[in-house]
Amino acid sequence: MSFISDIYAYLFYFATLVLLGGLTLKILQYARTPAPLKIPTTPAPTTSVGVALRMTREVVLFESLFRGNKWTWIFSWMFHFGLLLVTLRHLRYFIDPVPVPIQMIQPFGIYGGMAMIVGLAGLWARRFFVDRVRYISSRSDHLILALLVAIGLTGLIMRFVVHTDIIRVKEFFAGLYRFEVVILPADPVLLLHLLLVALLMIIFPYSKLLHAPGLFFSPSRNQVDNPRERRHIAPWAKRLEQE
Amino acid sequence: MAKANFQVPELKEYAEIPEIEPGIMAHSKPFKSKPEFQEALGFPGELVEDWQKKAIDKMGDLLGRYRSLRVYLDSCVKCGACTDKCHYYLGTHDPKNMPVGRQDLLRKVYRRHFTLAGRFFPNLVGATDLTEEVLGDWYNYFHQCSQCRRCSVFCPYGIDTAEISMAAREIMDHIGVGQKYCNEIIGKVYKIGNNLGLPGPALIDTLEGLEEDVFDETGVEVKYPIDQEGAEILLVTPSADFFAEPHVDGLIGYGKVFHEAGVSWTMSTYASEAANFGMFIGSYDNMRRVALRIREAAIKLGVKRIVFGECGHAWRVAYSFLNTLAGPWDFLDQRYPIPQHICEFTHDLIQQGKLKFDKSRNDDKVLTYHDSCNVARASRMGDKPGGQFDIPRAIIREVCNHYYDMDEETIRDRTFCCGGGGGLLTDDLMEVRVKGAQPRIEALNHVIQEKGVTHMAAICAICKSQFTKVLPYYGMDMDQIVSVHQLVSNALILTGQESDEPDDEPADKREDKLASEPASQSTSAAA
Ligand code: SF4
Ligand code: SF4
Repeated sequence: MSFISDIYAYLFYFATLVLLGGLTLKILQYARTPAPLKIPTTPAPTTSVGVALRMTREVVLFESLFRGNKWTWIFSWMFHFGLLLVTLRHLRYFIDPVPVPIQMIQPFGIYGGMAMIVGLAGLWARRFFVDRVRYISSRSDHLILALLVAIGLTGLIMRFVVHTDIIRVKEFFAGLYRFEVVILPADPVLLLHLLLVALLMIIFPYSKLLHAPGLFFSPSRNQVDNPRERRHIAPWAKRLEQE
Repeated sequence: MAKANFQVPELKEYAEIPEIEPGIMAHSKPFKSKPEFQEALGFPGELVEDWQKKAIDKMGDLLGRYRSLRVYLDSCVKCGACTDKCHYYLGTHDPKNMPVGRQDLLRKVYRRHFTLAGRFFPNLVGATDLTEEVLGDWYNYFHQCSQCRRCSVFCPYGIDTAEISMAAREIMDHIGVGQKYCNEIIGKVYKIGNNLGLPGPALIDTLEGLEEDVFDETGVEVKYPIDQEGAEILLVTPSADFFAEPHVDGLIGYGKVFHEAGVSWTMSTYASEAANFGMFIGSYDNMRRVALRIREAAIKLGVKRIVFGECGHAWRVAYSFLNTLAGPWDFLDQRYPIPQHICEFTHDLIQQGKLKFDKSRNDDKVLTYHDSCNVARASRMGDKPGGQFDIPRAIIREVCNHYYDMDEETIRDRTFCCGGGGGLLTDDLMEVRVKGAQPRIEALNHVIQEKGVTHMAAICAICKSQFTKVLPYYGMDMDQIVSVHQLVSNALILTGQESDEPDDEPADKREDKLASEPASQSTSAAA
């Protein structure tokens, strides 16, 4: 099975490259694009500490979404929080020795996986049952949900139905750090799970998943409300003044 | 009830989210700008050749200039949280008036030309070329957005459709497809100094009339000065304040407040307009040009402070952008906010106990307050977040006995737009305006039914003009909308004022004078 292992090894190198490279480029692009005017949605904090708090509430609690739509908030919060737990749980496959907090989180990671599926199902159902949301959904919106659901399901199947040899999976990824291809167990469910994860990594920087970095660059959320106290002038706008 | 050749929405007891009716507003569009108006602003006169390419180029240019545009076009996850937040969707049921639906009109072209996914898999991600049909949709639906930012409050990423519709209008202006109402008005500011095109002598005449009215009413000589060099304060106010009802009552109020404060003040014939329609068309250049007039006037008149009158988007431009666009303001007195809102000014005086009120003079009214979008969601007053909600309310409570807020879901930063902002206050968009006003009127109707509210106060010239025109469609009276400083003016007891009893209706006289003004000026061009 070394052929398949080879392919997966290259796939993960490629996916990592695309994910990190793509995201870096995007973040640089966002960071370099000037925001010529102060446009925070008010009432906005008047200090940077206040802005940091506002952003934290957005990232951790999805504050605006909570005000916007309770159902969407419940489902997406379940999904994202589940995803966080699952990701933390998975760290043990990539780190050796496994830090204590990651060891302790293991059982919760399973619940996280379930919460993730339920949340995704709820979000997906809205795309069919709410006419407004159906109207705005494009094929890619459905496909991304399908992809995430499939990742979650294959993961849970490995946990509850057909176990995989997790030690060897861990060795495979440890091998990748040393640029060595260690044989991957040839379980179809595992292979599918990994394939889908790689796919997710690859589409990340080119899809709506960009909302993750986007949130941090949103001027309506991350700007300090102090335009009377300070001039806020973009380089291209400054040039107008010199004319 | 005003006549309409379209269905005026019914007011319901509970706000409802309507089912979508695709295309129902596809017919609605404002008049296109003529070449002469376009050119005055530095835009091509008519649709240019190879407009597709030029539009895409302009889009690329804006993507490089505005982080908001770039991030907002990338970040939407189609969660739908904004879909039921736009008053135009709620009133018209057209899904392209859902904020995300509106954004997508631009986003799908963005995807096609600026993203890998859209270049290679357009069908998968909903990307399309810029066709004539798409351009048509842009023109129609980006002129059914009042840039009120209500959607941005609820979006998990703060995606602000106002930014997107400003960009779309900027792109269209650059290929020669402008909107008549906005562009003609900006042209008037350049030529004459204000949106209504009122020349200096007309302004002076009006102000003399006001002085007489106030003297007749109070026996106190309150001055309404203009172009007075060396005055301490420059007042910049929407030109509607010079003529239209109820705006002018607000202007009378500002004058009385300044009088009581004992400060010297003036207006300027050169910068006789607070409104800045450059913002509505998303044009930094034009917004800057309009803002610079205020700077020039301030320097020429040698003032120390700048105060803005009651106008929503003017206050947004003043509060958020003036320092950036036309600063630095180091020649002004730094002890005061630059610029300052008239409500901040009045509120300060109230706190210092310098104003004496007889609240009972507003006893003929039971009031509520309409938070204007640009004040509520894009500016501030005072030094604490949320001052823009508290200060006007504090003033109103100080000058009247009966005040009730509308439903919590429809005020403060969740306030509903009047339906006429963002350059939509034109008669050719009457249907959109009436339908878009529905959520606000519904909330108003609620407090009318339950609390016996009779009047709604506002601090935005567009809101005032819009409600004056639109309330009758819903069976209400046009004079149910009032200025905050009109209430101040009613209740304020001037030092040396002879009697507490207000004389018989001096307002009558003003109305006579108003009646001689062309009606369209006072309503459709007010800002
Ligand atoms: S800015 Fe206001 S008018 Fe425009 S889409 Fe958002 S809610 Fe609607
Ligand atoms: S709320 Fe924001 S992310 Fe959600 S659909 Fe609307 S614009 Fe997109």
